[in-house]
Amino acid sequence: MGAELGKYKSCVSARSTDKAILAGAQDGGIVTTLFAYALEEGIIDGAIVAGPGDMPWKPRPMIATTYEELMAARGTKYNISPNVSFIKEATRSYGLDKVGIVGTPCQMQAVRKGQLYPIGLRDVSDKIALAVGIFCMENFPYQSIVQLAEDHAAMKLESVKKMEIGKGKFTFMSERGAVVPLPLKVTHKYEQPGCHVCLDYVANLADVSCGSVGSPDGWSTVFVRSKKGDDIWAKSVAAGCFETKAIDSVKPGLELVTKLANEKIGKNQKTVEERKTFGVGKGLRIPYI
Amino acid sequence: MGLLSSVFKKNDQQKPADVAKAEITKKEVKPVVDKITVGHVHMSGCTGCLVSLADNYGGLLTILDKYADLVYGLTLADVRHIPKMDVALVEGSVCINDKLSVEEIKQTREKAAIVVAVGGCASYGNITRFCRGGQQNQPQHEAFLPIGDLIKVDVYIPGCAPTPQLIRNVCIMAYLLLKGSPEQKALATNYLKPLMMAAQKGTSACFCDLMTEVIDQGLCMGCGSCAAACPVRAITHEYGKPQGTRDLCIKCGACYNQCPRSWFSFDVVPEYESIMELIDTVMK
Repeated sequence: MGAELGKYKSCVSARSTDKAILAGAQDGGIVTTLFAYALEEGIIDGAIVAGPGDMPWKPRPMIATTYEELMAARGTKYNISPNVSFIKEATRSYGLDKVGIVGTPCQMQAVRKGQLYPIGLRDVSDKIALAVGIFCMENFPYQSIVQLAEDHAAMKLESVKKMEIGKGKFTFMSERGAVVPLPLKVTHKYEQPGCHVCLDYVANLADVSCGSVGSPDGWSTVFVRSKKGDDIWAKSVAAGCFETKAIDSVKPGLELVTKLANEKIGKNQKTVEERKTFGVGKGLRIPYI
Repeated sequence: MGLLSSVFKKNDQQKPADVAKAEITKKEVKPVVDKITVGHVHMSGCTGCLVSLADNYGGLLTILDKYADLVYGLTLADVRHIPKMDVALVEGSVCINDKLSVEEIKQTREKAAIVVAVGGCASYGNITRFCRGGQQNQPQHEAFLPIGDLIKVDVYIPGCAPTPQLIRNVCIMAYLLLKGSPEQKALATNYLKPLMMAAQKGTSACFCDLMTEVIDQGLCMGCGSCAAACPVRAITHEYGKPQGTRDLCIKCGACYNQCPRSWFSFDVVPEYESIMELIDTVMK
Protein backbone atom coordinates (compact mmCIF):
# COMPACT_ATOMS: atom_id res chain seq x y z
CA MET A 1 0.00 0.00 0.00
CA GLY A 2 1.74 3.11 -1.18
CA ALA A 3 1.07 6.68 -0.08
CA GLU A 4 -0.46 7.49 -3.47
CA LEU A 5 -3.65 5.62 -2.58
CA GLY A 6 -3.90 7.04 0.94
CA LYS A 7 -4.78 5.06 4.05
CA TYR A 8 -7.49 2.49 3.60
CA LYS A 9 -8.91 -0.42 5.51
CA SER A 10 -10.21 -2.35 2.55
CA CYS A 11 -10.64 -2.08 -1.19
CA VAL A 12 -13.18 -3.87 -3.37
CA SER A 13 -14.79 -3.67 -6.75
CA ALA A 14 -18.49 -3.04 -6.28
CA ARG A 15 -21.79 -2.40 -8.02
CA SER A 16 -25.18 -1.34 -6.72
CA THR A 17 -27.94 -3.96 -6.59
CA ASP A 18 -30.54 -1.24 -7.25
CA LYS A 19 -31.38 -1.48 -10.96
CA ALA A 20 -33.10 1.92 -10.98
CA ILE A 21 -29.97 3.60 -9.64
CA LEU A 22 -27.71 1.75 -12.09
CA ALA A 23 -29.85 2.89 -15.02
CA GLY A 24 -28.59 6.47 -14.57
CA ALA A 25 -25.36 5.88 -12.71
CA GLN A 26 -21.91 6.87 -13.93
CA ASP A 27 -20.40 3.50 -13.05
CA GLY A 28 -21.41 1.23 -10.16
CA GLY A 29 -23.89 3.66 -8.57
CA ILE A 30 -21.88 3.60 -5.35
CA VAL A 31 -22.46 7.15 -4.10
CA THR A 32 -26.21 7.22 -4.74
CA THR A 33 -26.75 3.76 -3.25
CA LEU A 34 -24.62 4.45 -0.19
CA PHE A 35 -26.44 7.72 0.52
CA ALA A 36 -29.81 6.09 -0.10
CA TYR A 37 -28.94 3.36 2.42
CA ALA A 38 -27.59 5.90 4.95
CA LEU A 39 -30.74 8.04 4.57
CA GLU A 40 -33.00 5.01 5.01
CA GLU A 41 -31.13 3.87 8.12
CA GLY A 42 -30.95 7.34 9.67
CA ILE A 43 -27.14 7.39 9.47
CA ILE A 44 -27.49 10.71 7.66
CA ASP A 45 -30.37 13.21 7.64
CA GLY A 46 -29.46 14.46 4.19
CA ALA A 47 -26.62 14.58 1.72
CA ILE A 48 -24.97 17.43 -0.15
CA VAL A 49 -24.84 16.31 -3.77
CA ALA A 50 -24.32 17.84 -7.21
CA GLY A 51 -27.88 18.27 -8.40
CA PRO A 52 -29.17 19.65 -11.69
CA GLY A 53 -28.48 23.36 -12.23
CA ASP A 54 -30.04 26.08 -14.35
CA MET A 55 -28.28 25.04 -17.54
CA PRO A 56 -27.71 21.63 -19.14
CA TRP A 57 -24.87 19.73 -17.48
CA LYS A 58 -24.26 22.55 -14.99
CA PRO A 59 -24.37 21.13 -11.47
CA ARG A 60 -25.64 22.99 -8.43
CA PRO A 61 -24.98 21.87 -4.86
CA MET A 62 -28.20 20.51 -3.43
CA ILE A 63 -29.22 18.94 -0.19
CA ALA A 64 -30.95 15.65 -0.93
CA THR A 65 -33.16 14.32 1.82
CA THR A 66 -35.12 11.81 -0.27
CA TYR A 67 -34.39 8.92 -2.62
CA GLU A 68 -35.91 10.92 -5.51
CA GLU A 69 -33.59 13.87 -4.90
CA LEU A 70 -30.60 11.53 -4.83
CA MET A 71 -31.74 10.00 -8.10
CA ALA A 72 -31.85 13.43 -9.72
CA ALA A 73 -28.20 13.98 -8.85
CA ARG A 74 -26.79 10.72 -10.26
CA GLY A 75 -23.92 10.75 -12.69
CA THR A 76 -20.72 12.74 -13.14
CA LYS A 77 -20.95 16.24 -14.61
CA TYR A 78 -17.24 16.98 -15.08
CA ASN A 79 -17.54 20.59 -14.00
CA ILE A 80 -17.52 22.47 -10.74
CA SER A 81 -20.13 21.99 -8.03
CA PRO A 82 -19.04 23.86 -4.88
CA ASN A 83 -20.61 21.27 -2.56
CA VAL A 84 -18.69 22.44 0.51
CA SER A 85 -20.48 25.81 0.24
CA PHE A 86 -23.57 24.08 1.71
CA ILE A 87 -21.85 22.43 4.62
CA LYS A 88 -22.83 24.98 7.25
CA GLU A 89 -26.14 25.74 5.61
CA ALA A 90 -27.04 22.04 5.85
CA THR A 91 -26.75 22.19 9.63
CA ARG A 92 -28.56 25.55 9.86
CA SER A 93 -31.35 26.29 7.39
CA TYR A 94 -31.85 22.59 6.70
CA GLY A 95 -31.40 21.59 10.34
CA LEU A 96 -29.41 18.43 9.62
CA ASP A 97 -27.57 16.85 12.54
CA LYS A 98 -25.95 14.15 10.43
CA VAL A 99 -24.68 15.42 7.10
CA GLY A 100 -23.56 13.37 4.14
CA ILE A 101 -21.41 15.01 1.49
CA VAL A 102 -19.94 13.82 -1.78
CA GLY A 103 -17.00 15.54 -3.36
CA THR A 104 -13.73 15.48 -5.21
CA PRO A 105 -10.44 14.89 -3.38
CA CYS A 106 -9.92 18.66 -2.92
CA GLN A 107 -13.40 18.96 -1.44
CA MET A 108 -12.62 16.15 1.00
CA GLN A 109 -9.48 18.10 1.97
CA ALA A 110 -11.70 21.14 2.51
CA VAL A 111 -14.12 19.17 4.68
CA ARG A 112 -11.37 17.75 6.89
CA LYS A 113 -9.59 21.10 7.18
CA GLY A 114 -12.98 22.53 8.14
CA GLN A 115 -13.45 19.90 10.82
CA LEU A 116 -10.01 20.45 12.37
CA TYR A 117 -9.87 24.21 11.80
CA PRO A 118 -13.53 25.32 11.84
CA ILE A 119 -12.86 29.01 11.23
CA GLY A 120 -16.27 29.93 9.90
CA LEU A 121 -17.94 26.55 10.37
CA ARG A 122 -19.50 26.71 13.79
CA ASP A 123 -20.94 23.42 15.09
CA VAL A 124 -20.18 21.62 11.84
CA SER A 125 -17.20 19.44 12.86
CA ASP A 126 -19.13 16.70 14.61
CA LYS A 127 -22.04 16.68 12.17
CA ILE A 128 -20.20 15.21 9.18
CA ALA A 129 -21.62 11.70 9.27
CA LEU A 130 -20.48 10.40 5.88
CA ALA A 131 -18.06 11.99 3.41
CA VAL A 132 -17.86 10.12 0.12
CA GLY A 133 -15.00 11.00 -2.19
CA ILE A 134 -14.74 10.42 -5.90
CA PHE A 135 -11.54 9.74 -7.84
CA CYS A 136 -10.53 12.82 -9.78
CA MET A 137 -7.76 13.50 -12.25
CA GLU A 138 -8.92 17.08 -12.89
CA ASN A 139 -12.07 19.12 -13.25
CA PHE A 140 -13.30 21.55 -15.92
CA PRO A 141 -14.95 24.96 -15.84
CA TYR A 142 -18.50 24.89 -17.22
CA GLN A 143 -17.48 26.93 -20.25
CA SER A 144 -14.84 24.32 -21.08
CA ILE A 145 -17.52 21.65 -21.13
CA VAL A 146 -19.59 23.84 -23.48
CA GLN A 147 -16.59 24.26 -25.75
CA LEU A 148 -15.68 20.58 -25.73
CA ALA A 149 -19.24 19.47 -26.45
CA GLU A 150 -20.09 22.06 -29.07
CA ASP A 151 -16.76 22.79 -30.79
CA HIS A 152 -14.97 19.49 -30.47
CA ALA A 153 -17.71 16.88 -30.21
CA ALA A 154 -20.18 18.88 -32.34
CA MET A 155 -23.08 18.20 -30.01
CA LYS A 156 -25.50 20.56 -28.36
CA LEU A 157 -25.00 20.30 -24.64
CA GLU A 158 -28.71 19.66 -24.08
CA SER A 159 -28.54 16.64 -26.38
CA VAL A 160 -25.65 15.04 -24.49
CA LYS A 161 -26.82 11.95 -22.62
CA LYS A 162 -23.62 10.97 -20.86
CA MET A 163 -20.03 12.11 -20.48
CA GLU A 164 -17.27 9.79 -19.47
CA ILE A 165 -13.53 9.95 -19.02
CA GLY A 166 -11.74 6.63 -19.34
CA LYS A 167 -9.27 4.67 -21.41
CA GLY A 168 -7.52 7.87 -22.47
CA LYS A 169 -10.63 9.51 -23.89
CA PHE A 170 -13.21 12.10 -22.87
CA THR A 171 -16.30 10.62 -24.49
CA PHE A 172 -19.52 12.47 -25.28
CA MET A 173 -22.63 10.35 -25.92
CA SER A 174 -25.76 11.92 -27.38
CA GLU A 175 -29.40 11.08 -26.84
CA ARG A 176 -29.63 9.91 -30.46
CA GLY A 177 -26.74 7.52 -30.10
CA ALA A 178 -23.73 9.46 -31.38
CA VAL A 179 -20.52 8.65 -29.54
CA VAL A 180 -17.60 11.07 -29.84
CA PRO A 181 -14.40 10.15 -28.02
CA LEU A 182 -12.02 13.09 -27.69
CA PRO A 183 -8.39 12.25 -26.98
CA LEU A 184 -7.33 13.63 -23.59
CA LYS A 185 -4.51 15.54 -25.26
CA VAL A 186 -7.24 17.69 -26.81
CA THR A 187 -9.06 18.25 -23.54
CA HIS A 188 -6.03 18.91 -21.30
CA LYS A 189 -5.78 22.60 -22.07
CA TYR A 190 -9.38 23.17 -21.00
CA GLU A 191 -8.80 21.82 -17.49
CA GLN A 192 -9.33 24.00 -14.46
CA PRO A 193 -5.88 25.42 -13.57
CA GLY A 194 -6.48 25.06 -9.82
CA CYS A 195 -6.46 21.28 -10.30
CA HIS A 196 -2.83 21.25 -11.33
CA VAL A 197 -1.52 21.68 -7.78
CA CYS A 198 -3.72 18.89 -6.37
CA LEU A 199 -1.78 16.00 -4.84
CA ASP A 200 -4.64 13.57 -4.29
CA TYR A 201 -6.20 11.28 -6.89
CA VAL A 202 -8.37 8.86 -4.94
CA ALA A 203 -9.87 11.13 -2.25
CA ASN A 204 -7.52 10.02 0.53
CA LEU A 205 -9.45 11.91 3.17
CA ALA A 206 -12.95 10.59 2.46
CA ASP A 207 -14.70 8.01 4.64
CA VAL A 208 -15.32 5.97 1.52
CA SER A 209 -13.95 6.83 -1.90
CA CYS A 210 -14.85 5.41 -5.28
CA GLY A 211 -14.30 5.70 -8.99
CA SER A 212 -14.39 3.70 -12.19
CA VAL A 213 -10.64 3.22 -12.55
CA GLY A 214 -9.44 -0.27 -11.73
CA SER A 215 -12.79 -2.01 -12.13
CA PRO A 216 -14.60 -3.49 -15.14
CA ASP A 217 -17.22 -1.40 -16.98
CA GLY A 218 -20.29 -0.77 -14.85
CA TRP A 219 -18.39 -1.44 -11.64
CA SER A 220 -16.52 0.91 -9.29
CA THR A 221 -13.38 0.60 -7.25
CA VAL A 222 -14.17 1.38 -3.61
CA PHE A 223 -11.68 2.33 -0.88
CA VAL A 224 -13.02 2.10 2.66
CA ARG A 225 -10.88 4.45 4.70
CA SER A 226 -12.13 5.65 8.11
CA LYS A 227 -13.78 3.87 11.05
CA LYS A 228 -17.04 5.58 10.15
CA GLY A 229 -16.69 4.56 6.53
CA ASP A 230 -15.83 1.00 7.48
CA ASP A 231 -18.88 0.69 9.70
CA ILE A 232 -21.32 2.13 7.16
CA TRP A 233 -19.84 0.21 4.23
CA ALA A 234 -19.98 -3.11 6.09
CA LYS A 235 -23.60 -2.52 7.09
CA SER A 236 -24.64 -1.52 3.58
CA VAL A 237 -23.00 -4.59 2.04
CA ALA A 238 -24.61 -6.81 4.70
CA ALA A 239 -27.95 -5.19 3.84
CA GLY A 240 -27.50 -6.29 0.24
CA CYS A 241 -27.00 -2.84 -1.28
CA PHE A 242 -23.92 -3.90 -3.23
CA GLU A 243 -22.44 -6.81 -5.13
CA THR A 244 -18.71 -6.92 -4.43
CA LYS A 245 -15.68 -8.65 -5.88
CA ALA A 246 -12.20 -8.83 -4.41
CA ILE A 247 -10.12 -6.09 -6.04
CA ASP A 248 -7.33 -8.51 -6.95
CA SER A 249 -9.83 -10.67 -8.84
CA VAL A 250 -10.77 -7.93 -11.32
CA LYS A 251 -9.00 -6.37 -14.27
CA PRO A 252 -7.30 -3.92 -14.55
CA GLY A 253 -7.29 -3.74 -10.74
CA LEU A 254 -5.26 -1.64 -8.32
CA GLU A 255 -2.24 -1.61 -10.57
CA LEU A 256 -3.92 0.90 -12.89
CA VAL A 257 -5.24 2.99 -9.99
CA THR A 258 -1.72 3.17 -8.57
CA LYS A 259 -0.26 4.05 -11.95
CA LEU A 260 -2.72 6.89 -12.56
CA ALA A 261 -2.38 8.16 -8.97
CA ASN A 262 1.38 8.36 -9.39
CA GLU A 263 0.98 10.05 -12.76
CA LYS A 264 -1.29 12.73 -11.34
CA ILE A 265 0.70 13.32 -8.18
CA GLY A 266 4.03 13.32 -10.03
CA LYS A 267 2.81 15.76 -12.66
CA ASN A 268 1.26 18.09 -10.11
CA GLN A 269 4.21 17.94 -7.74
CA LYS A 270 6.26 19.19 -10.66
CA THR A 271 3.76 22.03 -11.19
CA VAL A 272 4.02 22.95 -7.51
CA GLU A 273 7.83 22.98 -7.78
CA GLU A 274 7.72 25.10 -10.92
CA ARG A 275 5.60 27.69 -9.13
CA LYS A 276 8.57 28.52 -6.94
CA THR A 277 10.54 29.87 -9.89
CA PHE A 278 7.64 31.00 -12.07
CA GLY A 279 8.81 34.56 -12.62
CA VAL A 280 12.19 36.22 -12.64
CA GLY A 281 13.38 35.99 -9.07
CA LYS A 282 9.73 35.72 -8.05
CA GLY A 283 7.49 32.73 -7.59
CA LEU A 284 3.84 31.94 -7.18
CA ARG A 285 2.22 31.12 -3.87
CA ILE A 286 2.17 27.51 -2.71
CA PRO A 287 -0.61 26.61 -0.29
CA TYR A 288 1.02 23.58 1.30
CA ILE A 289 2.79 24.05 4.62
CA MET B 1 -33.44 30.29 76.10
CA GLY B 2 -33.08 26.81 77.36
CA LEU B 3 -33.65 25.45 73.90
CA LEU B 4 -31.27 27.91 72.24
CA SER B 5 -28.57 27.37 74.80
CA SER B 6 -28.83 23.68 74.28
CA VAL B 7 -28.38 24.24 70.54
CA PHE B 8 -25.37 26.48 71.10
CA LYS B 9 -24.03 24.10 73.61
CA LYS B 10 -24.45 21.25 71.21
CA ASN B 11 -22.73 23.27 68.46
CA ASP B 12 -19.94 24.27 70.78
CA GLN B 13 -19.36 20.71 71.69
CA GLN B 14 -19.32 19.56 68.11
CA LYS B 15 -17.34 22.45 66.74
CA PRO B 16 -13.74 21.27 66.98
CA ALA B 17 -14.43 17.95 65.32
CA ASP B 18 -16.63 19.50 62.58
CA VAL B 19 -14.16 22.19 61.69
CA ALA B 20 -11.40 19.69 61.32
CA LYS B 21 -13.62 17.53 59.16
CA ALA B 22 -14.66 20.48 57.05
CA GLU B 23 -11.06 21.47 56.48
CA ILE B 24 -10.24 18.05 55.17
CA THR B 25 -13.15 17.91 52.75
CA LYS B 26 -12.56 21.45 51.52
CA LYS B 27 -9.05 20.69 50.38
CA GLU B 28 -9.12 20.86 46.62
CA VAL B 29 -8.03 17.74 44.85
CA LYS B 30 -6.39 18.68 41.60
CA PRO B 31 -6.46 15.84 39.11
CA VAL B 32 -4.01 17.71 36.92
CA VAL B 33 -1.46 19.69 38.88
CA ASP B 34 0.08 21.27 35.86
CA LYS B 35 -2.70 23.43 34.52
CA ILE B 36 -1.83 26.30 32.27
CA THR B 37 -3.01 29.79 33.17
CA VAL B 38 -5.30 31.54 30.73
CA GLY B 39 -6.75 35.03 30.67
CA HIS B 40 -9.43 36.63 28.54
CA VAL B 41 -8.47 40.18 27.64
CA HIS B 42 -11.36 42.27 26.39
CA MET B 43 -10.47 45.03 23.96
CA SER B 44 -13.00 46.63 21.61
CA GLY B 45 -15.15 43.70 20.68
CA CYS B 46 -18.78 42.73 21.03
CA THR B 47 -18.21 39.89 23.54
CA GLY B 48 -19.27 37.46 20.83
CA CYS B 49 -15.88 35.77 21.07
CA LEU B 50 -16.32 35.28 24.81
CA VAL B 51 -19.80 33.93 24.21
CA SER B 52 -18.27 31.52 21.68
CA LEU B 53 -15.80 30.33 24.32
CA ALA B 54 -18.69 29.84 26.73
CA ASP B 55 -20.65 28.02 24.02
CA ASN B 56 -18.41 25.04 24.61
CA TYR B 57 -20.88 24.53 27.50
CA GLY B 58 -19.75 21.51 29.54
CA GLY B 59 -16.58 21.50 27.50
CA LEU B 60 -15.57 24.86 28.96
CA LEU B 61 -15.94 23.43 32.47
CA THR B 62 -13.81 20.43 31.46
CA ILE B 63 -11.13 22.77 30.13
CA LEU B 64 -11.20 24.84 33.33
CA ASP B 65 -11.25 21.69 35.47
CA LYS B 66 -8.42 19.83 33.86
CA TYR B 67 -6.27 22.01 31.69
CA ALA B 68 -6.52 25.70 32.36
CA ASP B 69 -7.02 28.10 35.23
CA LEU B 70 -8.80 31.27 34.24
CA VAL B 71 -6.69 33.95 35.91
CA TYR B 72 -8.15 37.01 34.22
CA GLY B 73 -11.41 37.92 32.54
CA LEU B 74 -13.54 41.02 32.72
CA THR B 75 -16.76 39.15 33.40
CA LEU B 76 -15.50 35.80 34.63
CA ALA B 77 -12.65 36.40 37.07
CA ASP B 78 -12.51 38.92 39.88
CA VAL B 79 -9.09 40.30 39.00
CA ARG B 80 -8.50 43.95 38.25
CA HIS B 81 -5.06 44.12 36.68
CA ILE B 82 -3.62 41.89 34.00
CA PRO B 83 -1.62 39.17 35.76
CA LYS B 84 1.20 36.97 34.50
CA MET B 85 -0.22 34.12 32.47
CA ASP B 86 0.66 31.42 29.97
CA VAL B 87 -1.98 32.23 27.38
CA ALA B 88 -3.83 35.49 26.79
CA LEU B 89 -6.95 35.18 24.67
CA VAL B 90 -7.47 38.69 23.35
CA GLU B 91 -10.85 39.67 21.97
CA GLY B 92 -11.45 42.87 20.05
CA SER B 93 -9.33 45.49 18.36
CA VAL B 94 -7.51 48.27 20.18
CA CYS B 95 -8.96 51.76 20.28
CA ILE B 96 -5.81 53.84 19.91
CA ASN B 97 -7.69 56.89 21.19
CA ASP B 98 -8.17 55.17 24.53
CA LYS B 99 -5.08 55.23 26.76
CA LEU B 100 -6.25 52.38 28.95
CA SER B 101 -6.78 50.04 25.99
CA VAL B 102 -3.33 50.79 24.63
CA GLU B 103 -1.79 50.31 28.07
CA GLU B 104 -3.59 47.02 28.59
CA ILE B 105 -2.64 45.50 25.26
CA LYS B 106 1.00 46.37 25.94
CA GLN B 107 0.73 44.81 29.40
CA THR B 108 -0.84 41.73 27.87
CA ARG B 109 2.21 41.26 25.68
CA GLU B 110 4.51 41.69 28.67
CA LYS B 111 2.60 39.37 30.97
CA ALA B 112 1.57 36.54 28.63
CA ALA B 113 3.87 33.89 27.18
CA ILE B 114 1.49 33.29 24.28
CA VAL B 115 -0.81 35.97 22.91
CA VAL B 116 -3.77 34.66 20.92
CA ALA B 117 -5.89 37.02 18.85
CA VAL B 118 -9.38 35.60 19.20
CA GLY B 119 -11.79 36.55 16.47
CA GLY B 120 -11.92 38.84 13.49
CA CYS B 121 -11.48 42.13 15.35
CA ALA B 122 -8.34 41.17 17.27
CA SER B 123 -6.86 39.47 14.19
CA TYR B 124 -7.87 41.72 11.32
CA GLY B 125 -9.89 44.66 12.67
CA ASN B 126 -13.07 43.20 11.23
CA ILE B 127 -16.17 45.38 11.63
CA THR B 128 -14.29 47.91 13.80
CA ARG B 129 -12.35 48.85 10.64
CA PHE B 130 -15.50 50.68 9.57
CA CYS B 131 -15.79 52.82 12.71
CA ARG B 132 -15.75 56.58 12.18
CA GLY B 133 -16.39 57.55 15.80
CA GLY B 134 -19.40 59.39 17.12
CA GLN B 135 -20.76 56.62 19.33
CA GLN B 136 -21.93 57.46 22.82
CA ASN B 137 -20.54 57.87 25.37
CA GLN B 138 -17.06 58.28 23.87
CA PRO B 139 -17.70 59.87 20.45
CA GLN B 140 -14.02 60.71 20.03
CA HIS B 141 -13.06 57.03 20.01
CA GLU B 142 -12.79 56.57 16.28
CA ALA B 143 -9.60 54.74 15.43
CA PHE B 144 -9.32 50.99 16.01
CA LEU B 145 -6.46 48.68 15.09
CA PRO B 146 -6.10 44.91 15.22
CA ILE B 147 -3.81 43.99 18.11
CA GLY B 148 -1.10 42.81 15.71
CA ASP B 149 -0.52 46.43 14.67
CA LEU B 150 0.59 47.25 18.22
CA ILE B 151 2.12 44.07 19.61
CA LYS B 152 3.57 40.80 18.35
CA VAL B 153 0.83 38.18 18.21
CA ASP B 154 1.59 34.46 18.34
CA VAL B 155 -1.61 32.77 17.19
CA TYR B 156 -4.72 33.85 15.29
CA ILE B 157 -8.16 32.35 15.76
CA PRO B 158 -9.98 34.11 12.92
CA GLY B 159 -13.73 34.13 12.41
CA CYS B 160 -16.67 36.32 13.34
CA ALA B 161 -17.54 34.93 15.72
CA PRO B 162 -14.70 32.43 16.05
CA THR B 163 -16.20 29.00 16.50
CA PRO B 164 -16.39 27.39 19.94
CA GLN B 165 -14.68 24.34 18.45
CA LEU B 166 -11.63 26.21 17.14
CA ILE B 167 -11.21 28.06 20.45
CA ARG B 168 -11.45 24.70 22.24
CA ASN B 169 -8.94 23.08 19.89
CA VAL B 170 -6.44 25.91 20.35
CA CYS B 171 -6.84 25.75 24.17
CA ILE B 172 -6.18 22.01 24.14
CA MET B 173 -3.25 22.34 21.77
CA ALA B 174 -1.77 25.19 23.86
CA TYR B 175 -2.01 22.90 26.91
CA LEU B 176 -0.34 20.02 25.04
CA LEU B 177 2.35 22.38 23.76
CA LEU B 178 3.20 23.62 27.23
CA LYS B 179 2.59 20.51 29.34
CA GLY B 180 2.36 17.51 27.03
CA SER B 181 4.71 14.64 26.18
CA PRO B 182 7.26 15.20 23.40
CA GLU B 183 4.87 13.49 20.99
CA GLN B 184 1.97 15.70 22.02
CA LYS B 185 4.18 18.77 21.78
CA ALA B 186 5.02 17.83 18.20
CA LEU B 187 1.35 17.40 17.34
CA ALA B 188 0.42 20.71 19.00
CA THR B 189 3.24 22.49 17.17
CA ASN B 190 2.05 21.14 13.83
CA TYR B 191 -1.55 21.99 14.62
CA LEU B 192 -0.82 25.55 15.73
CA LYS B 193 1.69 26.26 12.95
CA PRO B 194 -0.81 27.52 10.33
CA LEU B 195 -2.51 29.71 12.92
CA MET B 196 0.90 31.09 13.90
CA MET B 197 1.72 31.70 10.26
CA ALA B 198 -1.57 33.55 9.91
CA ALA B 199 -0.45 35.79 12.78
CA GLN B 200 2.85 36.44 11.02
CA LYS B 201 1.17 37.15 7.70
CA GLY B 202 -0.44 40.39 8.72
CA THR B 203 -3.37 42.27 10.11
CA SER B 204 -5.46 42.85 7.02
CA ALA B 205 -7.95 40.41 5.57
CA CYS B 206 -11.07 40.45 3.46
CA PHE B 207 -12.64 38.74 0.46
CA CYS B 208 -9.94 40.42 -1.62
CA ASP B 209 -7.37 38.05 -0.11
CA LEU B 210 -9.23 35.21 -1.78
CA MET B 211 -8.88 37.08 -5.07
CA THR B 212 -5.26 38.11 -4.76
CA GLU B 213 -3.81 35.11 -2.92
CA VAL B 214 -5.91 32.22 -4.21
CA ILE B 215 -7.93 32.96 -7.36
CA ASP B 216 -5.44 35.28 -9.07
CA GLN B 217 -2.69 32.83 -8.13
CA GLY B 218 -4.45 30.09 -10.05
CA LEU B 219 -5.17 28.00 -6.98
CA CYS B 220 -8.98 28.07 -6.64
CA MET B 221 -10.74 24.84 -7.57
CA GLY B 222 -14.25 25.82 -6.52
CA CYS B 223 -14.76 23.68 -3.41
CA GLY B 224 -17.10 26.20 -1.77
CA SER B 225 -15.39 26.54 1.64
CA CYS B 226 -15.25 30.33 1.45
CA ALA B 227 -19.00 30.73 0.93
CA ALA B 228 -19.71 28.32 3.78
CA ALA B 229 -17.40 30.23 6.11
CA CYS B 230 -18.60 33.76 5.33
CA PRO B 231 -20.65 35.01 8.30
CA VAL B 232 -22.49 37.64 6.24
CA ARG B 233 -23.27 35.51 3.17
CA ALA B 234 -21.29 37.85 0.95
CA ILE B 235 -19.90 35.01 -1.18
CA THR B 236 -21.76 33.12 -3.86
CA HIS B 237 -20.44 30.88 -6.60
CA GLU B 238 -20.91 31.76 -10.25
CA TYR B 239 -19.89 28.98 -12.61
CA GLY B 240 -18.19 27.29 -9.68
CA LYS B 241 -15.99 30.22 -8.69
CA PRO B 242 -16.41 32.52 -5.68
CA GLN B 243 -17.88 35.96 -6.23
CA GLY B 244 -17.85 38.38 -3.31
CA THR B 245 -20.28 41.18 -2.75
CA ARG B 246 -17.52 43.37 -1.46
CA ASP B 247 -19.84 45.96 0.12
CA LEU B 248 -21.08 43.24 2.45
CA CYS B 249 -17.60 42.08 3.42
CA ILE B 250 -16.78 42.91 7.05
CA LYS B 251 -13.07 42.04 6.73
CA CYS B 252 -13.09 39.12 9.17
CA GLY B 253 -10.74 36.84 7.22
CA ALA B 254 -12.88 33.72 7.63
CA CYS B 255 -13.14 32.95 3.90
CA TYR B 256 -9.44 33.21 3.28
CA ASN B 257 -8.45 31.13 6.27
CA GLN B 258 -11.09 28.46 5.68
CA CYS B 259 -9.95 28.01 2.08
CA PRO B 260 -7.92 24.80 1.62
CA ARG B 261 -5.81 26.62 -0.95
CA SER B 262 -4.86 29.50 1.34
CA TRP B 263 -3.02 27.10 3.62
CA PHE B 264 -3.16 23.37 4.01
CA SER B 265 -1.06 21.19 6.27
CA PHE B 266 -0.30 17.65 5.14
CA ASP B 267 1.18 17.05 8.61
CA VAL B 268 -2.14 17.71 10.32
CA VAL B 269 -5.22 17.36 8.13
CA PRO B 270 -4.71 13.75 6.94
CA GLU B 271 -4.54 12.80 10.65
CA TYR B 272 -8.02 14.24 11.20
CA GLU B 273 -9.45 11.02 12.56
CA SER B 274 -6.91 10.51 15.33
CA ILE B 275 -6.79 14.22 16.22
CA MET B 276 -10.57 14.42 16.54
CA GLU B 277 -10.50 11.28 18.68
CA LEU B 278 -7.79 12.83 20.85
CA ILE B 279 -9.88 15.97 21.31
CA ASP B 280 -12.94 13.87 22.21
CA THR B 281 -10.89 11.89 24.74
CA VAL B 282 -9.39 14.89 26.51
CA MET B 283 -12.79 16.59 26.67
CA LYS B 284 -14.38 13.62 28.44
